[in-house]
Amino acid sequence: MNHDAPLTPVLSMRRVGRTHGSGAQRVDAVVDIDLDVHAGELVAVMGRSGSGKTTLLNLAGGLDEPTTGTVQVSGDHLGDMSKTGLAALRRRSVGYVFQQFNLLPALTAGENVTLPLELDGTDLRSARAMADIALEEVGLAGKARRYPDELSGGEQQRVAIARGLVGPRSLLLADEPTGALDEITSEGILRLLRGRCDAGAAALLVTHEPAYAAWADRVVRLRDGRIETVSQRSAVPPSLAEVLS
Amino acid sequence: MGIREGLLALLANGPKHGYQLKVDFDAATGEAWSLNVGQVYTTLQRLERDGLVDAGPADDEGRISYNLTAAGREDLRTWFETPVNRSVANRDEVSIKLLVSIAAGIADPQGIIDRQRRATMTELQDLTGLRGDTPATDFAWQLHLDRLSLQAEAELRWLDRVEQRLATAAPQSPLQPTPGPPVATVPQEGSR
Repeated sequence: MNHDAPLTPVLSMRRVGRTHGSGAQRVDAVVDIDLDVHAGELVAVMGRSGSGKTTLLNLAGGLDEPTTGTVQVSGDHLGDMSKTGLAALRRRSVGYVFQQFNLLPALTAGENVTLPLELDGTDLRSARAMADIALEEVGLAGKARRYPDELSGGEQQRVAIARGLVGPRSLLLADEPTGALDEITSEGILRLLRGRCDAGAAALLVTHEPAYAAWADRVVRLRDGRIETVSQRSAVPPSLAEVLS
Repeated sequence: MGIREGLLALLANGPKHGYQLKVDFDAATGEAWSLNVGQVYTTLQRLERDGLVDAGPADDEGRISYNLTAAGREDLRTWFETPVNRSVANRDEVSIKLLVSIAAGIADPQGIIDRQRRATMTELQDLTGLRGDTPATDFAWQLHLDRLSLQAEAELRWLDRVEQRLATAAPQSPLQPTPGPPVATVPQEGSR
């Protein structure tokens, strides 16, 4: 974790709740969430299916509105923002890597990755350069001109990851980002996410895999929609010699 | 455990003296379990007594080289061909702690699970940090860290499983009720 991080968290959730339905059908997806994620910090969210992990991530990225409480990204209250303001924030500052790839089939891998940058006014040449870097980082150098249906499931997933990570983003939100990938490729993606945080981004990673959560500085767990801290990486990590003694 | 055979294996390609064996063993294992020279010589003396190695003449510097004997080679072959029996380590303290807490009804098993999960998750985070910092070319250490990480991961999965079992079928104490006052009190959260 970056100890020179500014005190304002990149993501700040205060007493956030999200309720679906009402009366007997009322479901509290998440309840009373207090969560801060600072620049340089990777936080993993674990919990059983239905514990509210995906709802939490959607609320953090402004894809869903809380029933109670407030969400701030880089100091801006999402609840106070207009729809266009929110859309701009999501394109500029927030990177999403979700379970569904949602690639546009009519666009090449490279165009899928540059799209959010172009929508945001980045000139095409810079956008392409950034997309090439992002595709290279996920091991897809040279595949920018392929269409999604010419790529394997794992490759499509990596294009979606590149799209989520492309350009400068202060908040990264990943929901089981490595679902269809083999272990070695998955570890590469986790290293990439870790690297982005070490370079100053803040990230929230939803996963049910302890091995992936272990890349985080902090692991939290959702139980019945409520959040609890499980563990924190040791302030003074053990040396190689100590772990086997 | 394994040191005896490890030294035999390092003698398979030709005679070596004790210090060389120590250096080679350390290099092969990434210095994970660095041997001291005294330990190496004690082991060599036992191997010689058992007829698995022969001591050669001392060189100019007074160092004695050891040779693998035919019996030593046979012993080594058997070792490589026999899987390690892990069942001796089957008694597990976390299992005992959980089961007696349920049987005696004196501590909340969920609290035991939560505290153990926190400790094991931190361990896995620390191991992952070390893995991230260890170059992929350091094969010995990648192998050690993979093993320790997978063990921690297995324990975390097992704790999830225990939690699920507790939620679906709350276990009854298998103990007969004893007359008289209780022998223990419920420990508070955070106490050991």
